[in-house]
Amino acid sequence: MTAARRRAVWIAFLLAPALVVMTLFVAWPLLAAFRYAFYGFNGLAAAQFVGLQNFREVLTEAPFAAWTWRAFQHNVIVFTVLMVAQNGLAYLIAFALLKTLPGHRVHQVIVFLPVVLSAVIVGFLWKLFLHPLFGLVNQALLLVGIHGPPWLGDESTALGSIIFTNAWHWMGFPALIFLAGMQRISRETLEAARIDGATDRVLMTRIIWPLVAPSTTIVVILTFIGSFNWFELPYVMAGLSGSPGGATDVLGLYFYRTAFGNVSSGLQDFGHGSALAVLMFVFIAVVSALALRVLRRREIEA
Amino acid sequence: MVERGERAKHGLIQLLLAINAVVMLYPLVVMVLSAFKSNAELFASPFALPESFAFTNAARVWNETSFVRYLLNSTLVTAAAIAGILVFGTMAAYAIARYPFPGRSAVFLFFLSGLMVPLKLAIIPLFIQLGAMGLIDTRAGLVLVYIAMGLPSAVFIMTGFLRTLPGELEESARIEGASEARVMLSIMLPLARPALVITGIQNAVPIWNDFFFPLVFITTDALKTLPQGLTVFMGEYNTDWGVLFAGLTLAALPITLVYIVLSRQFIAGMTQGAIK
Repeated sequence: MTAARRRAVWIAFLLAPALVVMTLFVAWPLLAAFRYAFYGFNGLAAAQFVGLQNFREVLTEAPFAAWTWRAFQHNVIVFTVLMVAQNGLAYLIAFALLKTLPGHRVHQVIVFLPVVLSAVIVGFLWKLFLHPLFGLVNQALLLVGIHGPPWLGDESTALGSIIFTNAWHWMGFPALIFLAGMQRISRETLEAARIDGATDRVLMTRIIWPLVAPSTTIVVILTFIGSFNWFELPYVMAGLSGSPGGATDVLGLYFYRTAFGNVSSGLQDFGHGSALAVLMFVFIAVVSALALRVLRRREIEA
Repeated sequence: MVERGERAKHGLIQLLLAINAVVMLYPLVVMVLSAFKSNAELFASPFALPESFAFTNAARVWNETSFVRYLLNSTLVTAAAIAGILVFGTMAAYAIARYPFPGRSAVFLFFLSGLMVPLKLAIIPLFIQLGAMGLIDTRAGLVLVYIAMGLPSAVFIMTGFLRTLPGELEESARIEGASEARVMLSIMLPLARPALVITGIQNAVPIWNDFFFPLVFITTDALKTLPQGLTVFMGEYNTDWGVLFAGLTLAALPITLVYIVLSRQFIAGMTQGAIK
């Protein structure tokens, strides 16, 4: 074997395992997901080509359409509230950590601690805390004479309770991404602003905010993708059907239920499931791409 | 005056951080304390310290449930997946970073495009694919999917890092007659240790914590991972809160301990994964 030939074999050997795994378990399934959306299924087998029928049914026809749009609205709420509350708080905490006051390292470790825990642990923990009678939250409210609602059992509070749990779980993540962005701003810029008499409020809103634009881009995109793939927390806290009465049903739960069936019915419907997956995929990809363009332009202007 | 204003502001910031620390830690402290309580104690005095620090509840979790089994499965699956991601990912990254070959940028792009794919949405074809390969309800199937999920970011990070290594080391070793494999394993890779740690942690945490893929792929109880097993166990013991809190505490313990020891690497690994 010539040296060049031997090197070619060596390169192929290095690339082969990763390429095979990626092809089998990422590229092929992704292409297949698009194909399946155009088929009617008979169990595990794609039985007949049905064109756009699956899409039409999940978007416009009963009973699917009502479920689809309800779930979609809930995802929009999840995204909006997390953006404002979770990420707003994260920005504030990042600013506080930027001061490098005594103990700031310990605070960094603390704020990130829930992030490393499984959503299953966090979900069950807060489900116990939110129990109407014996949960920590209502027991604490009782100490000040308030009878708290059955948080997860009431349609008006269930989704909010799960969003709150998500914020508790994940807040440290955007906080430390913001902090990393703030730490990249040059000391001179901050000093100059301070000498010009900028207060902390001005510093936070007029100087730092535009300069952490790259971090904001990441946080917005990740929060968006996370909110529209939301599954584990609502599954653990509210169950597969988004109880009570669908008040916590989101696209992730609805997609899973459609594809793999309810625990009770056990019916699989891969055709409609695939159509939902494709719609979610396209929606997430298109909106992320558009948002990325807008946010990147904002980064340059800053 | 400025001094005093500054100090007041610092006090305010410290207060904010202290409140935040309480909000983050108090639920976890209650979880641990409740693990030592009986039901009666839990309901009567939820805020008090436990009457005794006996491991009755923890012992029941350990002995009566498949907890140990779940823990073992999670360890096995995570370790195998990380090994696969690091070995395959580094091999591919090394080829892309250190050798010019036709189609190199296309190969790199193929891996990069994987970064954008939420693999959860391809769960139906994955399920069919694993079924056809006889890998449904096996730990091997789970491991392969996790490797596929981790490869794009591993290739991305490792390629970026391996590109920065100077070429002189490589050349001088070659002149001394070292084989390509020898150059890679004993000269280049030892230098890549920091990037390997980042890549490992960045992938290990989501795999260790994952619930979605086991939920779809694994049905045999003896093969379930910890987060998945936890849902079984929470259902079985739903009237025995002390045991539930003990189960949650035990499940949270391993990763929390590792995190406290390696917090710097965890934070760097998980946030750098995002700042790609």
